[in-house]
This record gives sequence, C-alpha cells and structure tokens, in this order.
Amino acid sequence: MHDVGKSKAKVAAERINSRVAGVNVVAHHCRIEEKPAEFYKQFTLIVLGLDSLEARRFMNSIVCSFLEFEEDGKPKLETIKPMVDGGTEGFKGHARVILPGFTPCFECTLWLFPPQTKFPLCTLAETPRSPAHCIEYVHLILWGEQRQGEEFDTDNEEHMKWMYTKAAERAAQYGIQGVTYQLTQGVVKNIIPAIASTNAIISAACVLEALKIITLCSSGLNNYLMYMGAQGIYSVTVPYERDPGCMVCSPGVTFEVHPGMTLQQVIDKMVSEPQALGQQELKGPSLSYGASHLYAHGVFEEDTRPNLAKPISQLVPEGKPSVLTVNDKKLAMPLRVQLKWAATENGENMKE
Amino acid sequence: MDLLPQIRIWGPHGQQRLETCKIALLHSTPTGTETLKNLVLGGIASFTVVDDAKCTAVDLGNNFMVGPNSLGEARAKVVTETLQELNESVAGSYIEESPENLINSNPQFFHQFTVVVATQMREQELVKLDEICREQKITLVAVRSYGLMGLLRPSLPEHCVVESKQDTMVDDLRIHQPWPELRDYAMSFDLDRVDDFTHHHIPYVVILIQAAEAWKASHNGTLPQASKDRSAFKDMIKGMKRKIDGVPIQEENFDEAAKAAFHAWTPYTIPSEVNAVLKDDAAHAELGPHSSTFWIMVAALKAFVANEGQGTQLPLDGSIPDMHSTTEQYLKLQHLYRERADQDVTAVQAHLASILKCLGKDGTSIGRDVVRHYCKNARSLRVTRYRPLKEEYSKDACRSRALGNALGSEGEAGTAALYVLLRAADRFYSLHGRFPGSPGSDVDDDVPALKAAAHQLLGEYGLGHQTIQDDYIMEMCRFGAGELHVVAAFIGGMAAQEIIKLVTCQFTPMIGALVFNGISNSTCCFEL
Repeated sequence: MHDVGKSKAKVAAERINSRVAGVNVVAHHCRIEEKPAEFYKQFTLIVLGLDSLEARRFMNSIVCSFLEFEEDGKPKLETIKPMVDGGTEGFKGHARVILPGFTPCFECTLWLFPPQTKFPLCTLAETPRSPAHCIEYVHLILWGEQRQGEEFDTDNEEHMKWMYTKAAERAAQYGIQGVTYQLTQGVVKNIIPAIASTNAIISAACVLEALKIITLCSSGLNNYLMYMGAQGIYSVTVPYERDPGCMVCSPGVTFEVHPGMTLQQVIDKMVSEPQALGQQELKGPSLSYGASHLYAHGVFEEDTRPNLAKPISQLVPEGKPSVLTVNDKKLAMPLRVQLKWAATENGENMKE
Repeated sequence: MDLLPQIRIWGPHGQQRLETCKIALLHSTPTGTETLKNLVLGGIASFTVVDDAKCTAVDLGNNFMVGPNSLGEARAKVVTETLQELNESVAGSYIEESPENLINSNPQFFHQFTVVVATQMREQELVKLDEICREQKITLVAVRSYGLMGLLRPSLPEHCVVESKQDTMVDDLRIHQPWPELRDYAMSFDLDRVDDFTHHHIPYVVILIQAAEAWKASHNGTLPQASKDRSAFKDMIKGMKRKIDGVPIQEENFDEAAKAAFHAWTPYTIPSEVNAVLKDDAAHAELGPHSSTFWIMVAALKAFVANEGQGTQLPLDGSIPDMHSTTEQYLKLQHLYRERADQDVTAVQAHLASILKCLGKDGTSIGRDVVRHYCKNARSLRVTRYRPLKEEYSKDACRSRALGNALGSEGEAGTAALYVLLRAADRFYSLHGRFPGSPGSDVDDDVPALKAAAHQLLGEYGLGHQTIQDDYIMEMCRFGAGELHVVAAFIGGMAAQEIIKLVTCQFTPMIGALVFNGISNSTCCFEL
C-alpha cells in the first residue's frame, strides 16, 4: 500500500533488483515518446506491455525504422530488432513475436484491431436508451457546455461525482434505469476489465518467447498466439504473413528523384506531390538517412540547413536502394521512402 | 484495494464467493506460489502453505517469493510472508510439514479447505489425495511444471454453473415466433401513415415482425429459407424506407433490421449443452430431497419447456440489445419483454412449487429472485464433471482412444507426447527415486529408460502401435524436471484462472487434463 503514488517503473525496478541477485533493472519514469530512437537501438530485444494501439504503433515504427534492406529487398539480419508484444482483456489475451522484415509488424496486421465503437451523437443528444448513453452525454456534451475551459480529469473525485449526478438526472428524465457510480466510472474511464491470472498467463507467454529468442533454447512462436479463457481454455497460434507493401516494415514507397536534384528540390517535390508517397498532405518534412539527419526541423535545423543546397546523390549513395525516413507534422508516423533514381536531364541512365 | 476492474468481470456476488474461499497450497516452489499469488490478488479469504523444505540457492534462481536474505529459512514461512504483502485482507498461514506425510497420516487436515492446490506432485501421491478430497467434496487442482511443459488437472465430481456468461449468444428476441402481445404491438404500427420522425425511429423488432408477416402473406405462410429468398427479404426491408423523388432516405433502423433479418427466419433453439443438462439423470431419475437447488431448478425448467415452452422454448431472457429508436418506443418495447419474462418466471415458480412438494420440501425454500436468475440464464446453464484421477491413470478406465487420436493428429501429437512422457517420468521416479536427466545423472543412460517407460505405458493402454518421437524423449530428459519460473508462471496463471471460475461459479471451467507445450507455446485439453 505504501507504494501507491510512486512511479510504477521505479517501484518495480527496486523490488526486482532487491529480490533477484545479479540482475540490473533501470527505471525510466517518462513517456515512451520522450526517448529518442537511439535509446531503443541499444537493446537486444524489446518486450511491450502497452495499453493502447497508438503506443504499439509508435514503438513499431521506431523499431522498424532500424531495418535496412539488401538490394534484393530482404532485410539485413543485423538490423532486425525483435519485439514481443502482449495484451489482455478479461479472460482473453494475445502474445506475438515480431521480427521486423520477417514476420508481420503492427501496421501489416492493423486489421486485427476492431474499430472502437462510439455512440452516434444524435442518440446521445436526442434519443438516449441505455444508462451508458446518459453517461456519455454528460461526458462528451454536457461537460463542455456547463464547465467550459475545465479539462475533465478522471482521477478527480469531484469531477466524477458531478458526472454521475448529471447522468443520473438525465436518466431519470428519460425513465432509464441503471446509472450507478460504478458504471459511470467504467464508461468514462474506459476501464478494461483486468484479471491477474490472464495477465500472468500472457506475460509468461511473452517472456517465454523472449527467452527463446535470446537463448535459442527451443523453437519460437510463429507468430501470433490468441488465448481465450472464459469458456474452457482455448489457445490458437496463427502464422500471419507480412504485407509486402507495408508502409512501415517493407523497403518503402518508391519516390523518383534525379541524382542532380538538390535536397531542397526533393523536399519541394514531396510537398507538391504528396500522393506519390501515398499521403494527402505534407507540410515541412524532415528527412533522415539511416542514423543521420539530412534535413531536420527543430534542434538540428541550423546544422542541416547547408544540406538543402547539395545534390541528393551526394547525400545518399546512388546505385543501391536508398531508404529514407520522412517525418512530418501531417504524418501519423515516420514514413519509409525508397529513392528511385531516374534518368538524368540529358537522357543518361545514371544507375537503376 | 481497488478491485473495480475484476469485479466488472465476476460481479459482487462472485467476489463474495472468492472472499469465503480457503485455499491449501501443497509445496511452495514457483508452480505453487505463482498460482497462489494470482488468487491472493483476487481476494480469497485465506491460504495455508504446506511444505517442509528450507530455502536453498535453487529457490533464489526461480522463485520470486524468496529473497537472498531467506536462505536456510522454512520456505513455507518465507513465501507466506511475501504473498501476504500482496493483499492485507487475505489471511495467510503456513505449516512446516510434508504434504505427502499429511496425506498418509492425517487426511483430516484437508477437510478445512475449499480448494486444495497440489503442486509438483507425482500421480502416485495425487491419486490418494484425490480420494480424500472427493469424499469431502473439496475441489482438488493438480498443477505441475516440468522443463518447458506444464500440466493442469482439476478434479471434482460435479460443477454446476448458472451464469456461464456466454458471449456469442444470439439476442433472445423471439421474432421468428412472437408471443401474442409482442405480435399485436408490432402490427399496431401503421408504417404508411406515421410521420417521418416516427418512421425513422421504429425499432427493428417491429420492422422485422411486420416484414415477416408481409412475406408469409405472399409466400403461402412460409419464411425465406433459400439464400436468394433471404436476399430478397432483406431487399424488401430496405424497400420499406421512405423515399424522396424515388431515392430512399437514410433510415438507420431499417439498415439495422436488414442486418438482423436472420432473426425472422431462424427458429429459437435450446443450446445443445443446455439440452444435455435438461436430460441429465440428476434432474430426472436421481432427483430427490438431497438434490441441490441447481438440479431442482433444472427439473422446473424442464417442466416449463414441456408445457409453456411447447417442447422447444426456455423461459424468455427478457433483455433486449440497444437499437435505433426513440427513448419512449424503446422503453415500451423493453417493458413488453420484461413483462413476458416475468410471466415465464411465474410459470416456472408454479412448476417448482409442485416439484418441491413432491420432494417433501418447503415450498418457499427457493425464492422468486433465484427462479428469475435461472430463467434469465437458462441458455447459459453448464455442467462439468471431472473423472477421478484413479480412472484416468487406470489402463482399463482411461479413455485411451482419445489419447491415441491425439497422438496421431498433427496439431496435437507433440503435446500428447509430453503428456505420456510426464506419466512415464513419474514411473521412472518410482523405479529410480529421481527423474530422468536430473542433475548429476547421465542423460544418455536415462533416454532409453524413459523411452521404455513410455512404451510400456502406451502398451498398457492398447496404444502399442503408437510411437513417441525420439526428439521429445530427449527433450524430456534434457529438462531434468527443472522448474522454470516462466513455465510455472504460465501454468500457475491458468490454474488460478480455473480456480477463480470454479469458486465464483461463473464462466465455464476447462475439462480434463490441460497440457501446456512450451516448445510450441500452445495448450491442449485431453479428456481422459
């Protein structure tokens, strides 16, 4: 009980370090986005115990950005950083092994995650029928009307009580039964039911795979395990396949450039033809090649500005598939772009 | 302690059952402590750890509940203290004693527990413990982890569940055969004459009943069966939308009706599992004054099905899913369903009263709340029976054909092999006083001995034609009965899950022997 309020990471690390001799667990109390890509590069393997799709996609894009490819499109083995991911909800769970470039990454199998159902606004506003409708009305509509400027905080008891009282009033108004404080918390906090045993099972499955990858003590999971424990016990393993056109873990969307184009011209072309990259809009892209910034907004802008005037063939070797990573405010995640070398102005084919 | 997330799973009444549960843990290696840790977090009433071992360096290498300062101390005491820290409201205690001694010399010791978790025990010991527990109607759960494999085997004579909380059941709407009040209500809507707003908000139950009537009228009283007819039916529903200049307007309720159209042509059926429960002898030939509430209620439901249910229907569930509608219309419809469900409860109560009278029991001993609970969950009733361990291990009573099939099936062969090899390893232990490949022994010598034990077992079960791949035999020896924390955590998690289901009496427990194959990271249940 005395741990309540402290950093989860720090408490867990201290506990493990004191209990298991010879192990060194370092805690970082921060959001995963606060660490640069290089931080994640130092590890042999990454195990994910995340609670959202967005967080998983973020880690996925970081790890897949380390991927380099041979000329034939196969991944370079030394650039593969394995990930093991697990998740649970009630009696259900999954564990999966991601070897970027070999097994599907998150983006390849995004269709596995069903879209979150939201109630239509007209139902909430005009024809509520269930207690959840009443609660969401207060949460999404009434709060904004009656407590303008205040950010709703699920951990604030006064906020939650207000939410419950108003939801109960609305329910009474419409003759709907069933609004309770507990339900209000459940709906507003989107609490995912969690059972210690399912978490234990799935985390053990993940650790087992991680140990196998590290020690090669036995054959590994190929590659997605689904677990269902409510009616009997049932688990099934599916060998999902990569999406060869995946934006995140494949060699990338091709983008034609002339070797003589300056970096600025390449960037201009991306901004004026975003559809060529499969995007709707780009505002001010930052480009990097491997670990080096070619041009980056922000902290490195001044240092990389001179690159804008250089020909692209000077910054990126020709004659090989050259994969750049493009970052932009308008992109949900870094984009992998494979430069395709076009013929020069005078008709000569410089390289493929 | 914030139990909010898990109470959403099994409700306050499930939580209450957990909080009266007393668990005995036999042995205190990770297989046991990982199982118990999940139960302590779940909020059981109490636990008692039974083990005579002292903490050694081996424990530091695989047991998270044992810290470096505990070397030489009684392991039962050490793990009890660690586990106690996880939940202050659970009462933890320990006994420094060998479980095997207690089984042989003091079986009454076990009578005080609700559940006995027997970990890392060989089958020879488990058989005796199973008899002690069965006699007292105590739930026994055997859990083992052995190298990269694990085993989970609950054992109790009968487990009856009302709330199995099936999540794939179809809504109980009775659109195919609406009762008179529902039909009259649906037909009272004049879809041509109502205003637009009302039309947009007619609940799809009403739409479907009207559509079904219209179809029957033009198809000799039949409902669409062939797939082209079913498509035509759905098109007909979409054609009921209002139009502006010939173009149908956006009416979500009609789209919902088309999606739910199968309700119109699919007759209500009692799930096969429930039919099996209704036919069970316990509610029939064996029904007597000793019968539990469950079986008496099943008998009452059976009588309902035969009478008011016209041989095919259980009592109405009474709840309806959300659907596009005005608040007023929805609540009216909801009320109709609840009223009908209430009437069914009353009918079941009448059957119950006469059954109780026949049994010489007090007619008020089972209240209306309980009857309602059974009616609402009628389609979710499940009964699980576990065979005594003695039968599974006996060459005459074991379902060897099931084992043979598993050994011959591509998906299950490896896991079935591990099951056979674990049994063979126990026999090896009986002969040699240690497990094959155990530290200090010569693995090369043990492989043929284990192989011989495995084949002897297969021969006894009439499966002499089956073989176990040498790879698995060698792996089993390589394991050397080592207890890996990760495998213990996996099988312990499953054991805790099953115990929670058994104690809360919700959801459906697994049946048979579950084998965890850590090589393929998969599980199989064998009903032997």
